[in-house]
Amino acid sequence: MTLVKTKIGRRSFIRTSALAGGGMMVGFSWLASCKMTPEEVNSLPKEWFDINGFLKIGDNGLVTIMSPNPEIGQNVKTAMPMIVADELDVDWKNVIVEQAPLNLDVFQRQLAGGSQSIRAGWEGLRMAGATARKMLRQAAAKAWEVPLEEVTTSNGTLYHKASNKSAGYGEMASAAVGVASPNDPPENIEVPEEVELKDINDFTIIGTDRLNVDGPKIVTGKPLFGIDVQEEGMLTAMIVHPEAFGQTFKSMDAESIKSMPGIIDVFPVDVYPEGVEKQWSDGGGIPQLVAIVGESTWQCMQAKKALKVEWESPSNLESTESYEDDLAKLLDAPAKEPARSDGDFNKAIKGAAKVIERTYSAPFLAHNTMEPMNFFANVTADKAEVKGPIQTPEFLEKTLSSVLGLPIDKIDVGMTRMGGGFGRRLYGHFGVEAAVISKKVQAPIKLVYTREDDMTQGTYRPAYKVRFKAGLDKDNNLIAWSVKGVGTNDDLVFENRFPAGAVDNYLAEKTSLQTKITTGAWRAPRSNFMAGAEQSFMDEVAELAGKDPIEFRLELFDRAIKDPVGPPEKNDYDPERYAGVLKLVKEKANWDGLDNGKARGVSAYYCHNSYVAQVLDLTMDGNKPMVEKVVCAVDCGIVINPISAKNQIEGGIIDGIGHATYSQMTFENGVPQQQNFDSYHLIRNSEAPKQIESYFVDNGIDPTGLGEPSLPPVIGALANAMYKATGKRVYNQPFILEKEIVG
Amino acid sequence: MHPIQNKLTMSKFSLKINGKTLEVDVDDSTPMLWVLRDHLNLVGTKYGCGIAQCGACTVHLGDNAIRSCQLPVSSVGDQEITTIEGLSENGDHPVQKAWLEIDVPQCGYCQAGQIMSATALLKRNPSPSDEEIETAMNGNICRCGTYVRIKKAIKMAVSETQNA
Repeated sequence: MTLVKTKIGRRSFIRTSALAGGGMMVGFSWLASCKMTPEEVNSLPKEWFDINGFLKIGDNGLVTIMSPNPEIGQNVKTAMPMIVADELDVDWKNVIVEQAPLNLDVFQRQLAGGSQSIRAGWEGLRMAGATARKMLRQAAAKAWEVPLEEVTTSNGTLYHKASNKSAGYGEMASAAVGVASPNDPPENIEVPEEVELKDINDFTIIGTDRLNVDGPKIVTGKPLFGIDVQEEGMLTAMIVHPEAFGQTFKSMDAESIKSMPGIIDVFPVDVYPEGVEKQWSDGGGIPQLVAIVGESTWQCMQAKKALKVEWESPSNLESTESYEDDLAKLLDAPAKEPARSDGDFNKAIKGAAKVIERTYSAPFLAHNTMEPMNFFANVTADKAEVKGPIQTPEFLEKTLSSVLGLPIDKIDVGMTRMGGGFGRRLYGHFGVEAAVISKKVQAPIKLVYTREDDMTQGTYRPAYKVRFKAGLDKDNNLIAWSVKGVGTNDDLVFENRFPAGAVDNYLAEKTSLQTKITTGAWRAPRSNFMAGAEQSFMDEVAELAGKDPIEFRLELFDRAIKDPVGPPEKNDYDPERYAGVLKLVKEKANWDGLDNGKARGVSAYYCHNSYVAQVLDLTMDGNKPMVEKVVCAVDCGIVINPISAKNQIEGGIIDGIGHATYSQMTFENGVPQQQNFDSYHLIRNSEAPKQIESYFVDNGIDPTGLGEPSLPPVIGALANAMYKATGKRVYNQPFILEKEIVG
Repeated sequence: MHPIQNKLTMSKFSLKINGKTLEVDVDDSTPMLWVLRDHLNLVGTKYGCGIAQCGACTVHLGDNAIRSCQLPVSSVGDQEITTIEGLSENGDHPVQKAWLEIDVPQCGYCQAGQIMSATALLKRNPSPSDEEIETAMNGNICRCGTYVRIKKAIKMAVSETQNA
């Protein structure tokens, strides 16, 4: 048991009861699959008591737990309430989960990004549950006139063993929030200043498999997503944006579509006019657009095709060829200051017995969330209601306040379930666009992007190049390592990550190239390319040293543990945990016992505070890797929900293999050459690994992220296995285009 | 009604959807996807690409899985359409149950289409091989990468049905 000071302020406790009318049935249906029987309706509480911002308890013991963070498929909507429920000590089957609204008075960091929801929420969620449990115990102690210490709980019931008394949470909920009952005067129960947290060995919900709380709604097609929003009087809006990056609006022939069926208005939009205070989340998209508003989606789509718009082109539109050249030149040019320099790399490399240098590259990638960008907005003179799929609701609210000239408290931001995020929905320009369009037409609208709009409006994963150079001494010890990375609008290198700290002479350099093609965070930013390149190079260096690739890495971690280069606190990884996942994957994959006919590669990486190692087995079908099996070892501390954690790992692995093998965005004169899934190859069912096994290090450390860390390293494991299968190394993504792989 | 609306291309259609007859008044060229989503408020069928490449809009036309984004309302006639909302009375089709038990969905957006493709496959081939599953499911993209679980869930539904 740990005693902690509560950080929950008094203002987050709403000391009133709420009558549960029909409105309270919202969010209940998952318990009953889809339709509620009359018995189930009757079992709804007559009254709900808000214990704190995170939860309310019904008079019959049902518990509603709010999931504070946006849900993009990382399943925090199940995991975050599990943490509250465990500390509250209730039966999970009596828990209803609801998506919390944006409310920063009650919740902290309502954001989905960087795999941080669980890590950042962990303490607050535990405290919310523990605080409520203590308030219920205090109420019972008062009612039974017994010392607080003697009141225990189990699965939603309060006990006083000595006097053989017990009561369900529902019976004590009103007393816990100080609500009067007919024969009991109102008495406020103090919000505790200190609460006991469970010993991690006493968890009953955390660490057990709990099914996705939205699962029943998903498999029956219930409205959940932003694109499913339907409101009274709602119109549909679509956008037309420039064909090429760098173009701006010149003119259009609006009259040509105004008479089309169902079309109500067409007008140019400047999403962020002069003087607007932008947030960091306003970087994406194209701010100069044409908006079409109509009665239905199909009618808007037809008008969109018919509309003639002229765009102003600058003289220097960019193409794949031009940025490839520019990145290559940047990589060859001397860098300014090194990002990190230990020892003397240049001297060491001159004296090395063996030297190896390799360059790796990757193209722009689109996020391609399956649910295209969309948002609902209803803006009137004095308030704005918006809702939809957004990873950064707090920042959208701030931007809207500036764009619409409304105070924050007149802006209501709702979060819907998201049909994928992958970083794309960090950039909420589509929410701003929806609000600006609604304000102009003075009606509630739902803005919907077509797939082509979605794929061609930028905010892409940057294009990258990285060059590594390494030197071995005559005994095949790694004595020098350099990394130089370049990227479009992004400088790629994490200078304090492995092998920094494990090599005496280490040099990291980085620089970026500004492009008109816009970029943004894409699942595991930078790591999504860096890991694959670094771990491929590591494999070649190990081979040059004549060492087993796992043993070679373990030797380096050993060095970083026993005698780190530079101050250890500078290295942003823990070499023992890093080595731990490699050892675990070695054992679980039976590293030395590969099946005949298959080729095998290994990789390990640290990002988003979690450690992942993978062993991948494949065969080749021409240029196409057919991945038979991936064995994955993960150290993300305490695992909240194993069945879902494994799903995240599997998804990251398939995502990584798919994009590295098949996907790219290319450009000619600023125009994206991939506009839909006929030309943009996303990995499909038959191309996915046949089998994925995941194992977790059990160490009781506070939990860290899982939405991203399994993606980056798998690209290295894939490249290394492809080399084993073909005898040729792959350096440029997408791998499928490396014509020389086979034979 | 907005004054500029041109009613000339609008027609009335009587459609058999999920065992009911439903009337809509739309342009002849409107794909079933948008008839379902915009006019009948059946939003379980999803928009993903609009060119029959991603499978998010998969429904059954008779017993066949088809991409509703490429099916004009005027070509449906009296053929039965089944959407995810009408697949089973209580969300208890063996494929839906397997999807829940294996905990397949991540974001969940593509899953209605995946389930409609899987149920059509099992209707015509109750015991598909791994290769037949992959072929039948290749038209449905899952951006979250739940393919391994999709295959597992289809196999579970097969064995549940065979043991029933």
